[in-house]
Amino acid sequence: MSITGKIEVQDKDILGALGAFFKRVLETDDINAILVPQHLSMKNMVMPTLVTDPEQLNGVDPLAPAFPMNAAKIVSRLTRKQMGSKIAVVLRPCEIRAFVELVKLKQGQMDEVMLIGMDCLGAFQNKDYLQYVDRHGDKSTERFYQDVLDGKQADIEGATLASACMSCENPVPTNADILIGLFGVEIADYLLVQSQSKRGTNLLNQMHMTEIPEPASRQDAITAIVAQRIACRDEMFVRTRAATDSLEKMTAYLANCVNCYNCRVACPVCYCKECVFVTDVFNHDPSQYLRWANRKGVIKMPTDTLFFHLTRLAHMSTACVGCGQCSNACPNGIPVMELFRTISQSTQRAFEYEAGKSIQQEPPLSVFYEDEFPEVVGINS
Amino acid sequence: MQDFEPTIIAFVCNWCTYTAADLAGTSRLTYPKNVRLIRVMCTGMVDPQYVIKAFLEGADGVLISGCHPGDCHYINGNYKARRRIKLLKEILPQFGFEPERLRLTWIGASDGIQFAEIMDELVDQVKALGPNQAKLKMVI
Repeated sequence: MSITGKIEVQDKDILGALGAFFKRVLETDDINAILVPQHLSMKNMVMPTLVTDPEQLNGVDPLAPAFPMNAAKIVSRLTRKQMGSKIAVVLRPCEIRAFVELVKLKQGQMDEVMLIGMDCLGAFQNKDYLQYVDRHGDKSTERFYQDVLDGKQADIEGATLASACMSCENPVPTNADILIGLFGVEIADYLLVQSQSKRGTNLLNQMHMTEIPEPASRQDAITAIVAQRIACRDEMFVRTRAATDSLEKMTAYLANCVNCYNCRVACPVCYCKECVFVTDVFNHDPSQYLRWANRKGVIKMPTDTLFFHLTRLAHMSTACVGCGQCSNACPNGIPVMELFRTISQSTQRAFEYEAGKSIQQEPPLSVFYEDEFPEVVGINS
Repeated sequence: MQDFEPTIIAFVCNWCTYTAADLAGTSRLTYPKNVRLIRVMCTGMVDPQYVIKAFLEGADGVLISGCHPGDCHYINGNYKARRRIKLLKEILPQFGFEPERLRLTWIGASDGIQFAEIMDELVDQVKALGPNQAKLKMVI
C-alpha cells in the first residue's frame, strides 16, 4: 500500500524542509546512516556525504544542479558486502537505475538500503556548475530550481543543462522505496512524498507523515516534461546517427580522444573490476607500433582509440542509463553520452531491455533462450 | 574490383567447426585461401572485442562458427555466442559496417562438405561487398 504525504515547507525554504525530512529519516529506528548530497563546508561544491549524526545535515542540497559523479558507484561500494546496518540513500533517478544494474551484476545489494529518489530537475556539466555557483553564491540552487520549475529549459542564467539531462525521459524515479516529488507540486508550500515499496511504506508510517492525495496537476506536469525531453532526445539521436554513420565520420567524432579512459572510470555501469584496456594486453611491443604504421604509412598515437569505444559499447551499452557522466568526464569535450545513448537505444531495444527499469529482468548478455534470433544465424540471412 | 581478394577471419570452435575443417582437408576438399581460421575452444569465448578488433584491422569478413544448438561441448556456449552476434549486428552497422560482413553459422564435426561449401559462398558474398572501409582509411 502506497502512502502519499507531504513535507511542509516554511518560508519557501525547500532545502531546509528537505534537511529536516532527512533528519527525521535518520532518527527512525530503522536507519543508521544517510547518504545525501551536501554542500561541503570548505567549498561551494555539492558531494555525496554519508551522515550518521543528524546535526550534520545542515548543507543538504539534492536539488543543486551539480552532478559530480553517478553515486550508484558509491552505493555499490557501501553494499557490495553485508554492512550490518541500514542506510538511506538519496539519489537521482539515473543513479537508482545504475544501481539496479549493479545489483543485477552482483556488485551491490538492496537489502540494507532504503532508496530515496527525487524528481530530477537535471544538472549542469561540472565546469558550468562551478561558474554558476561563482555567479550566484548561496542562492544558486534556489535560483536553479525556481527557473526549471518555471519552465526554463536550456539556457538558465547563462549556463546550460547537461545534454544528458535535457534528453532524459526519466525525470521521475522508479524502483525507489520513497519518492520525493516536485513536478506538479506547489513547492513553495510543500513537497510530495510517496512510498513506492512496502518498506518505504513502513518507514513513512513510522514517521507519521500527514497524508494527502496526489495533486491532480502532477501527472500532467510529468507528461509534459517527459514529452519535451523525448523530443529533445529523439532530435539528439538523429543528429548523432548522422554524425557517426560511417567509419570516417566516427573517427572524426572521436578524433579528440586521448585514451585517458575517464569516461570508463566515470561510467557507473562499466562493471569490470579491471578494464582490459589498462592491462598488459594493450602494452604492445614497441616493434608492433612500427609494423602497424608500416601497413598504411601512418597510425594515430595513442592507438586503439576507436577499438576502446566500440568495445565499451559492446560491453556496457545494454546497461547504459544515460546519466551523461562520460561526457562530464571527457577532458576534450567529446559528446560521449550522445554516442552511447544512441547506440544503447538500439542494443537495448534488440533485447527488449531497458537498463535499470526492472530488478527482475536479467541483463541481456547473462541469459539466453534456445529459440531466439534466428535472423543472425546462417550466411543467407 | 575484379582482383579484390578479401580476408576473412573465422573463429571456429575446437569441437565442431574446426573438426569439420579438418575433415574437409583430410577429404581433400578445397576451399578458398581467403579464410583464416582461428581455433577457439568454444564460440562462447569469443568476446565481441575480438570481432571489433578484426574489423578495425581491416578484415573484410568475420565468421563465428560452432556446434549446432544442443550439441555444444560446453552445453550452451553457442547460445551465448548468438546473443553476442546479435549485439554486434546492432552496433557495427551503425558505423557503416555492412551486417553481411559478420556471420554466425553452426557447422558440426561431420559437416566437412558443408564447411567447404559455406566458405566458398561466404568468400563470394564478401567479394561482392568489396573491401572493408577500415582497410583503406586511417583508423584512430
